[in-house]
Formats: sequence, structure tokens, C-alpha cells
Amino acid sequence: MRLKRKPVDLAEGDLTPMIDMTFQLIAFFMVLINFAQTEANDNVVLPNSQLVKPPETALTFPIILHVAKDGQIFLGGDDYTVDTLRVGLRRELAVIKAEGKEPGDANVIIRGHKDTATGKVQEIIQVAQEQQLTNFALRAKEDRS
Amino acid sequence: MKIRGSHEAEKSQLSMTSMIDVVFLLLIFFVMTFKIVELEGDFSVRMPLASDASAVSDPTDLPLKLRLSADAGGNLASIMLNDSSLGNDDAAFDRLRANIVDIVGTAAPMEGDEGPEIEIDADYNLRYENVIRAFTAVSGYKDGNQIVKLIEKVKFAKPRNGG
Repeated sequence: MRLKRKPVDLAEGDLTPMIDMTFQLIAFFMVLINFAQTEANDNVVLPNSQLVKPPETALTFPIILHVAKDGQIFLGGDDYTVDTLRVGLRRELAVIKAEGKEPGDANVIIRGHKDTATGKVQEIIQVAQEQQLTNFALRAKEDRS
Repeated sequence: MKIRGSHEAEKSQLSMTSMIDVVFLLLIFFVMTFKIVELEGDFSVRMPLASDASAVSDPTDLPLKLRLSADAGGNLASIMLNDSSLGNDDAAFDRLRANIVDIVGTAAPMEGDEGPEIEIDADYNLRYENVIRAFTAVSGYKDGNQIVKLIEKVKFAKPRNGG
């Protein structure tokens, strides 16, 4: 009888420490998870800057433009070039106007890749200015070194 | 006694398998969706429309001019503040900051529309990273944990042709 019992004991080894660890891991990942990652774009690696701080209040009516290394512009799931961007901007502005606001109330957030050409960013600003947009924000990654 | 004994034994034999299955599924979900959050912030640029800009006629209000030129590869070739060259090495941005501190002085940062203005004029193919470094240099510096602000009004000059 004794010999038979031993394998049963082995199969029921104590699971408590493992479950403890697993719950701790789950708690860790749950706390750190951030669903508000919709702003990011895989094509964009932001430049670093020591001075930028995460904004305390969110900008009003943000229009987020992701500028990839080759100058391709991503706005709300569609991609544009400098020449076609005005179509996308007009669409955004239509939403803003529908809410009774002016283009001057909107904030254009430019998330430019660190190696993209500066001229591309300037052209984007020019196109946005043609649509009466005046507030721009250049986004950078906080460098804490 | 006999009944009690058998009852306790049954309780301790509750099957853990299903719970562990679910727990591992949860764990895998969180591991897969996990992404380290990088803190981001903005430099604000106000670019009034051209018709407003032409209204400025006071010559003493002219902005400082910062010229960033690039070589063929898009790397920084030189920094010019007004007419003085600041070189193109790593310390150039520090020199730029030192010059801005000299110009702005140690006066308390001015609120609203007051204060000096700087215009960045960069070559078309200059890598964007350099512009952000220039922005960082002219808009302030870190003193310990405090950020000292220098110039808050930064704008771009007309884009140069190229590309």
C-alpha cells in the first residue's frame, strides 16, 4: 500500500507557491498595462529631448500626424503624402467645425521620425496653415539621462 | 469521526486545473499586450497665418535667426545664430544655449506674447532630430530638476526648396 501511495503524492504536488507567483505576475502586468497606446505608430521613432514633459492637460482638438522616415504621413489610420494631406486635414476640420469650433482651436501634433527630413515637416506645417491651422506641437520623447 | 475524515479529504482534493488554465490565459494576455510606456511631450510652435505676420513692422521686434545647414547626408553641417557661426560638433548645441542665455539674460521668463522670438531656418534634408535638439537648446535648460525657460516663441522660417 505504501508503495502505491507515493506516485499519488507526487502528482498532487503543492501548487500554492506557483499560484502565488502567477497571481503576482498577473497583478504586475495589470497595473502596468496601458490601453491608451492608440497615439503611437510603429513607423515613427521620436527624437529625444531633455526638456519635454508629458502635458498636464490634454490638448484640445488634437490632430495627430505621424511622419515616417520617408515622409509618409499617417493620420487616423490612413496614409497621405504632403500633396494629399489637405484631403485628410479637411476631413478633420469638418469634424471640428461641426462642433462649432474654429480651425484656430485645433492643435496639430506632429510626431516626426527622428531621421525624417526637416523640409517634410515644414511642408506639412505649410499645408496645415493653408487650412487655417495655427497651433502646432512637435512631439519628442522624454530623455531622462 | 469516520464521516468527518472522509469529508475533509474530499475538500482538499478540489481540482485546481481549470483555475490554473484560466490564470495562465490571463497571464499570457497581459504579457502579450504589455508595452513599456515612453513618456512624451510637446514643443509648441505658433505659426500665425501669413497675413497676420506681415502686420509686424517694428524693426526692433525682429526675431533671432537660427540657421541650421545640412550636408548631403542630412547631418548637421553648421549652426549660425544671427551671423555668428557655432560649429557643427556635439558641443555646438551647448554653445548655442550659452549664447541664448547671454541674449535673454537671467531675467524672469516673460508671460504671454512678450519675450524674444527665434526663427529656425533649416535645410530641407536636415535630419529632424537636429531641429528638436535646437528646440531643446533655445527653449531652456535643466538646472537640477528645475527647467529654466529661455525662449518660448519658436517658429520656422519658410521651407527651403529641395528634396
